[in-house]
Amino acid sequence: MPLLNTLARLWRFNGGLHLPGHKHESTARPIELARWPHELVLPLAQHLGAAAKPVVAIGQRVNKGELLAQPEGHVSAALHAPTSGSVAAIEPRPSAHPSGIPTPAIVLEADGRDAWTERLPAPIEDSLKLDPAYLRQRVREAGIVGLGGAAFPSAVKLDPRGAIRLLVLNAAECEPYISCDEMLMRERARAVVGGLLIMRRALGANDCIIGIEDSKPEAFAALSEALAQFGDDAEDVLLQQVPALYPSGGSKQLIRLLTGIEIPRSGHATDAGILCHNVGTAAAVHDAIVEGRPLISRIVTVTGAGVAAPRNFEALIGTPVDALVEQAGGYTDRAERLIIGGPMMGLAIPHGGVPVTKGMQCVLVASRAELAPPEPAMPCIRCGECVSVCPVDLLPQQLYWHARAREFDRAQALHLFDCIECGCCAAVCPSHLPLVQYYRYAKTEVRATERSQQAAEQARSRHQFRLMRLERDKEARAAKLRQRKETLAAEAAASGAPEDPKKAAIAAALARVQAKKAAQQAAAAGKADEPAD
Amino acid sequence: MLIALLAFAGLALAFGLLLGFAAVKFRVVGDPLADRIDAVLPQTQCGQCGFPGCRPYAEAIARREADINQCPPGGQAGVDALAELLGVESKPLSAEHGVEKPKMRAVIDETTCIGCTLCIQACPVDAILGAARHMHTVIAAECTGCELCLAPCPVDCIAMVEIAPTASTWKWPAPRDPSAADAA
Repeated sequence: MPLLNTLARLWRFNGGLHLPGHKHESTARPIELARWPHELVLPLAQHLGAAAKPVVAIGQRVNKGELLAQPEGHVSAALHAPTSGSVAAIEPRPSAHPSGIPTPAIVLEADGRDAWTERLPAPIEDSLKLDPAYLRQRVREAGIVGLGGAAFPSAVKLDPRGAIRLLVLNAAECEPYISCDEMLMRERARAVVGGLLIMRRALGANDCIIGIEDSKPEAFAALSEALAQFGDDAEDVLLQQVPALYPSGGSKQLIRLLTGIEIPRSGHATDAGILCHNVGTAAAVHDAIVEGRPLISRIVTVTGAGVAAPRNFEALIGTPVDALVEQAGGYTDRAERLIIGGPMMGLAIPHGGVPVTKGMQCVLVASRAELAPPEPAMPCIRCGECVSVCPVDLLPQQLYWHARAREFDRAQALHLFDCIECGCCAAVCPSHLPLVQYYRYAKTEVRATERSQQAAEQARSRHQFRLMRLERDKEARAAKLRQRKETLAAEAAASGAPEDPKKAAIAAALARVQAKKAAQQAAAAGKADEPAD
Repeated sequence: MLIALLAFAGLALAFGLLLGFAAVKFRVVGDPLADRIDAVLPQTQCGQCGFPGCRPYAEAIARREADINQCPPGGQAGVDALAELLGVESKPLSAEHGVEKPKMRAVIDETTCIGCTLCIQACPVDAILGAARHMHTVIAAECTGCELCLAPCPVDCIAMVEIAPTASTWKWPAPRDPSAADAA
């Protein structure tokens, strides 16, 4: 194993921040199975790519694990019933999106029986001998997406264009407060390692490396034990601790830490023969292959000083956030802000009436002390702190100036889209500038411009086609007219009439006019003949 | 003296031939300036500028026969982009040609439509589907919001509706500008 030998050392990435972890609040209690309310809401677009297409009708009864919506196109994911019940509606519902715009969702009314469907794919014991293509197909049918937050369909990621020589399992979980991966590793390390080996098989890779932050000794021990249990099967799998430095859990940052390879901007890790998957995804792959279970639940951290008893839940997809908070002891008096995700990259949402989705790692109910309301922004003093902490080597200050001045093309030239929105720059800014807000704003503005340019291009080509069509039709009509005249002339010539057809027509018209005149005169004469009263 | 004259005359002839040849051989087909202007225009094809479509307007601007502020769908941003492209001073949008509006889309009230096909003939991008004495409908993704179908409709069954943002087209609002603190 030559590659892994060279990896037995650590590298570092530029920038990053040492942040207080705040993990112990939610790791003191074991993972608890969350109860679910009567109604589950399942957004059709809870993954990257095209929204899933419903295959059930309103009112239809479904059992747990039954397919509700199938993937639409290559980059898309299936959606399954998290419990048994009936489809109450398919309509737009609020989701954990910063806009608060309702998105199409399947509303499932649970019947409380929680009865599994009988049409699950068969469990597979000896999964490591199966055909990689079959494994990928099973992952796709199970609706698995990246559970580390991005929710990219996993089957697509298990089918890369180039050969993969190193599979990196991301167990870093660097963002403060979030502990769903840590608790998963502590309690279900066998499933994580089993899933890793299945993914390795599906990818045709040999070497694997699990990168875990050194702040999680219990999870590290659990993984070591699981690896030992797998014995020879887990050969060429290296468990490597990385220093706890935010954002070590970013895929490019973790690859850099573990291998020293820097993924070029606008490039993918697969170009370098490396692929990164999350530990939660590995466990979901294990469940899908070994137990035949589709992805219908995930582990969600509910934490912060705003909840009475922070902990991790195994929650059905579609469970409302409010229901989870309630089971964690409810909101306390100190609850100030509700955040989906962590304090650095999370999104604040106005209310907890949104459902758990496949990509939701954490519900943070922060107190005022934990997440102070943003202080008033002051002018930039050009101190350069933001540059020194940026983990992707950008120029946050320049990006800020350009975004503020709406010079989006120049921000783009400075690699705006390489920004991972980790929030390091904003965290250290002494002027409290909302830097990440500016980048998010600039990114959506650029995307909107691109969309309108595409629409303009389409309109231009359709308009040109219409002009061409009108011209073509006009010519076709003219040609038809010409042809008819020619055939008429030919007919006239054939019938032997020596007369010019034009003259004949005129003569005929004159005759008609005269006949009409005569008739009118006759009528007038008739009227005049009638005796007046 | 004579040699010098002959030499210059020869050179002049040679360069003249070269230039003449280049003018024919490397002749630029079409009007690249009009193309570039056309690329900036929003392609609504609404005719509010007074020309029958975006391309004729672009050609008129290129010939300096039309002003740059006659395109309401392009808005002030479009005028600014044209000013930058042409290297002239930007100016406010001309009010006589129309005002900037949010993006709209035509919607046919299908219960009122009598199937006269007049709107189909008016649509510059063939975005209306239908046939004589059959109900018509607007292909939402193709409609540019030009409003040219409104006037010909004999039963006024076409309405313009604003395009609401979806979760995928929604934009983050601009953060509050800290230059307010500058002034303080």
